[in-house]
Amino acid sequence: MEIAIVLCLPLIGALLLALAGHRGWAPELNATMSFATFLAATLLTARVISGGTMVWLGEQFVADQSNVLLATLAGLLREQFFVDPFNVFLVALTAFVGFTTALFSRPYMRTEQDHGRVNAKRLRLYHSMYQLFTFTMLLCLLSNNVGVLWVAMEGATLSTVLLVSLYRTPASLEAAWKYFILCSVGLAQALFGTILLYFAAEKVLGPGGTSLLWTHLHQVRGQLEPTVLSLAFVFLLVGYGTKVGLVPLHNWLPDAHAEGPTPISAVLSGLLLNVALYAVVRSKVLVDGALGRNFSGGLMMGFGLLSVVVAAFFLSRQRDIKRMFAYSSVEHMGIMTFAFGMGGAVAAFAGLLHMTVHSLTKSAIFFTVGHASQAAGTQNMDSIRGLIQTSPTIGWGLVLGSLAILGLPPFGVFTSEFMVLTTAMHEHSWATPFLLVALGVAFASIFGKVQPMVFGETTAQRLPRGPALVPVFAHLAIVLVLGVYVPPYLVGWYRQAAALIG
Amino acid sequence: MGIPLLAQLVNVLAAFLLLIAFAMLSQRRVLTLIKLLAWQGAALAASTAIVAWSTGQTHLYYSALLTVLLKVILIPWVLHRLIDRLFVRWDIETLINIPTTMLIGIGLVIFAFALATPISQMATTLTRSTLGIALASVLLSFLMMIVRQKAVPQVIGFLAMENGLFFAATSATYGMPLVVELGVALDVLVGTFIFGIFFFHIRERFDSLDIRHLEKLKED
Repeated sequence: MEIAIVLCLPLIGALLLALAGHRGWAPELNATMSFATFLAATLLTARVISGGTMVWLGEQFVADQSNVLLATLAGLLREQFFVDPFNVFLVALTAFVGFTTALFSRPYMRTEQDHGRVNAKRLRLYHSMYQLFTFTMLLCLLSNNVGVLWVAMEGATLSTVLLVSLYRTPASLEAAWKYFILCSVGLAQALFGTILLYFAAEKVLGPGGTSLLWTHLHQVRGQLEPTVLSLAFVFLLVGYGTKVGLVPLHNWLPDAHAEGPTPISAVLSGLLLNVALYAVVRSKVLVDGALGRNFSGGLMMGFGLLSVVVAAFFLSRQRDIKRMFAYSSVEHMGIMTFAFGMGGAVAAFAGLLHMTVHSLTKSAIFFTVGHASQAAGTQNMDSIRGLIQTSPTIGWGLVLGSLAILGLPPFGVFTSEFMVLTTAMHEHSWATPFLLVALGVAFASIFGKVQPMVFGETTAQRLPRGPALVPVFAHLAIVLVLGVYVPPYLVGWYRQAAALIG
Repeated sequence: MGIPLLAQLVNVLAAFLLLIAFAMLSQRRVLTLIKLLAWQGAALAASTAIVAWSTGQTHLYYSALLTVLLKVILIPWVLHRLIDRLFVRWDIETLINIPTTMLIGIGLVIFAFALATPISQMATTLTRSTLGIALASVLLSFLMMIVRQKAVPQVIGFLAMENGLFFAATSATYGMPLVVELGVALDVLVGTFIFGIFFFHIRERFDSLDIRHLEKLKED
């Protein structure tokens, strides 16, 4: 039942905000709905911790057969949703970052409106689509049906594409067009992969609704046809990999992050990329069952390493601050893909931890970056100077966030990157130099650019409306805590999830 | 005798689908492209209905009906309205190097067949030989999206790709579960509308639907 509540709340929010999103109190309503979703997700998490994996609607649910509508609905929904330790932590993370981003977006979008970049009508679109986007991501995570997973992923693209072009500038239209075309074409490949997966599953499970259900596929994964599954995985990896932003399929990502409103950059980077990677990892588990680890793991390690290296070298060439951090996201998604590709308990644990800390840190960075570029009136890094004078807290937030994302101890990113590196040294020592060089280059590029932005001299004025500071420092505090001490229940949770996917 | 005849009919329709994919690749007129898309949808619906009849899979009838409604009637109608309101009804695109594009297309078809053969042999379905054709039409639509410079033909390429995917689903597997097919259909429909909205935004901003205007964001 909690699953239904988690899914319904953002959907209701989208409807309400489609009606009232232009009103003055819409940002508060947006934040309230996101908070309610977060509460529901917390409840769901508590249920899973105490009760373990659950499938909804389960076999034990019997609908009243005399009511035809109810019976059909129950038949349609049977076993369509499930939660296990792997997806529940992503659900909690998605709902949390969705909530904090809604808090950040409150003053941010008001200032944008003051600057005349958006009007009330577009704000209505923005708020409604924000909730719908949350809904599609949660549906991706909670769906037991790999076909519905695809549908929801495409839905996530559709709901964000008009947000990327919200400002209607030539550059934002181009970014949105690129995003739309590249992701749709990419996802079309993933649909072909899903069809192939169904083709293999149908032979074992028989035609009909159950052959696409992940819980059923997982049980029979050893009997699936290896040739078909290997081809299916290539298509699935290319398809969902486009959405993860793996090099060379990453072209849409920097543009979409740079040209859209900053709250959207934060949720794209912090959440959507994670959800797409989740789809890849789920596919990998099935393929590993049929083929053994080498095939899928090798492909993912290759793509991951390429992303890390290429993105690190692109970082130094950026002028736009949001573009630079978008490339940093490509780099970190590469690290996660590499970690999941290596497989095994430690690497999968590190991958999951890195998913969490990257998503928190990167969204915190985008919050500070958004405020900084709003105050400076530009996203060009050469023109942003002296943040420490205009808004010291934001300046410190940006410094701390950058240090955290660069993997400096004691932040959590250090812990996960350290685990990835040590596992790589043990199992795939050839990859370690590439990783180390890329991390070094990334450090030099980002730190070299953030430092003058924060400590330089400026004549810029302080913005009349203060930024939302709670989200920034709440995220950074969690990342710091995770770097020093991971609570035992969280460790147990990650271990269970790692056992599922390792 | 009944079943092989039907299987041959499906094969004929599959060939028709591939032929249309090639025709789209070389077609310059926007209006004709929309007609071709509608015909492709019709061929897809007909083949789905035949598979449904010969195998007794009732949910495929719904799928065929959905295809007719969506891909033969609704989407072409929306596209017609769009090109009317954008005044691009009589647009003719200058395509360079049609022969080269065709040759690349033939290469893609061969590649698709090579890729699909080992899988087709495993299939127990009536229409297994058509998986290669389905993959080929997906790749041809992909090629069309790459070579086109205008926004509307690019989107038609995208919709043709979706047709190819649906054909793959019916030819290899007797169709996906209905929930999934409905979801995919909804995505395609919403996607078409969003593309439509986009056309107006792009037009408003650039006074043209030429996507060469949309190639400014590059790494320097």
